[in-house]
Amino acid sequence: MKAAKFAKFVLFINSLVPLAMLGYDASQHRLGTNPVEYLIRTTGMLALIFLILSLAITPARKVSGWNGFSHFRKMLGLCAFFYGLLHFTSYFVFDRSLSLKRTLSDTLARPFILLGMTALLVMVPLAITSTNGMIKRLGAVRWKRLHRLAYVAGIAGSLHYFLLVKADTRQPLAFAAVLSVLLGYRLVNRYSPSLRSKPAIVRPSN
Amino acid sequence: MSIKKFSDIPASEITDEHVYFNRRAFMRAGILAGTAVATGWAYEKLNGRPRSLASSQQPPALKNFTPVPVSSSTHPIATGDPNITRAFTTTEAQTPFENVTHYNNFYEFSTGKESVADAAKNFVARPWTVAIEGLVRNPGVFDLDELLKISPPEERVYRMRCVEGWSMVIPWAGMPLSKLLDRVEPLSGAKYVAFQTLLDPKRMPNQRRRVLPWPYVEALRMDEAMHPLTILASGLYGRQLPNQNGAPLRLVVPWKYGFKGIKSIVKIQLLAEQPQTTWSAYGPNEYGFYANVNPKVDHPRWSQATELRTGDLEKRDTLMFNGYADQVASLYAGMDLKANY
Repeated sequence: MKAAKFAKFVLFINSLVPLAMLGYDASQHRLGTNPVEYLIRTTGMLALIFLILSLAITPARKVSGWNGFSHFRKMLGLCAFFYGLLHFTSYFVFDRSLSLKRTLSDTLARPFILLGMTALLVMVPLAITSTNGMIKRLGAVRWKRLHRLAYVAGIAGSLHYFLLVKADTRQPLAFAAVLSVLLGYRLVNRYSPSLRSKPAIVRPSN
Repeated sequence: MSIKKFSDIPASEITDEHVYFNRRAFMRAGILAGTAVATGWAYEKLNGRPRSLASSQQPPALKNFTPVPVSSSTHPIATGDPNITRAFTTTEAQTPFENVTHYNNFYEFSTGKESVADAAKNFVARPWTVAIEGLVRNPGVFDLDELLKISPPEERVYRMRCVEGWSMVIPWAGMPLSKLLDRVEPLSGAKYVAFQTLLDPKRMPNQRRRVLPWPYVEALRMDEAMHPLTILASGLYGRQLPNQNGAPLRLVVPWKYGFKGIKSIVKIQLLAEQPQTTWSAYGPNEYGFYANVNPKVDHPRWSQATELRTGDLEKRDTLMFNGYADQVASLYAGMDLKANY
């Protein structure tokens, strides 16, 4: 196995560690007093973490000058989508009792649910177009433009978390702060030519 | 410096190709295992993975407390107004002790429900005094154990509905608040009863962070305070109140959202005017003074129509006044409960 391939394999296994621990805890009835709340909270948190990690790739690559970082972006993004989907599924099954009607009415009635749905839905086209074939088919420019939707997912996801918390906003604020740095870096890069570095590389990767 | 010719290196010192790849495989396995362990550790830290609820230390048993069967003719359940007293207990499954004591909203210790038990484990709740002040004939600072002698602890098995949308069934032990108030004799001008939690950041460390304006304050209208369902709890499951549940004395008002049940009470004031209470001061459009459980009045950010009994996988409908409508609805006759949430 080549080094890059091995690095991706390490990331893949690490991405599955939380899922394995969650599954193991569930099988041992170790999800605490309120397992449903724990499941929903944990999967949501994981989705947000992976989303932020995927948004950290470009800044990390530019700051470090090491292009190897871009090998990890696709997998991190797909993990964000996967955990987001798991988050939605647990909400749909346990909180909405598998009722589409109740899910829809909840989405329309509550801004924080609407924001969460937005974050998830926006990730659907990103997941679909994550393959190398899709990059080629869309062309790098269009593909890049489409994948800026990840910013929307990040902002909506963070706001979704912030609006849910009762009083202790430390954790959602920490997520928002990291996200601001990552998106702020891009803004500065775009509008201040002196700081502008070479354009992002979009290329098929394995 | 002599340069060895290739042939000078003994064959024994050349790393065998097989060994070389083995060594690399070994290192890679190490990297894989090491990062996986680190990720697992981060997952536990960041997400507050619940510890297993291995049987924790239990507080001492309550004195003078015997959970009397409902059928006993001497038990208060059998002696008062049957419409009221039948609400003193329920046949619903009780939430296990370990869960009642490891899933707590007690921001003075921690904002993580599953962290409160640990954060409160060194809290010392004795000696303890309660100051009774305001519009009352017999004000004073009372030793808790003296106060508790006013009336022996009675068992009350109540539903507890948290404003966040989860619920439990808890066998409390306590005395009706009315018995304490009767003893101190409120003056005729007293219309509200206010309660205050201990303010002591040394003993309640999370008070150093201003998550909420400390000290925590709650209050009831006089008729709510005098209602026979309203108790000052000093125990649960036949034991002294665990620290994380509000030791040594807390309020339990079963038809209201859990945050009305103020914990670790040090002061009770009788007032003419409705006081400002903590959560309704923090978020006036989200938490009202009354905070009666009401499936028809949603929290601005989430629905109150249903609730999740802890441990259940499916939600159930929330009941008006948490199922105590027959006992308490008359207190609010003619009131607009949408405006007075």
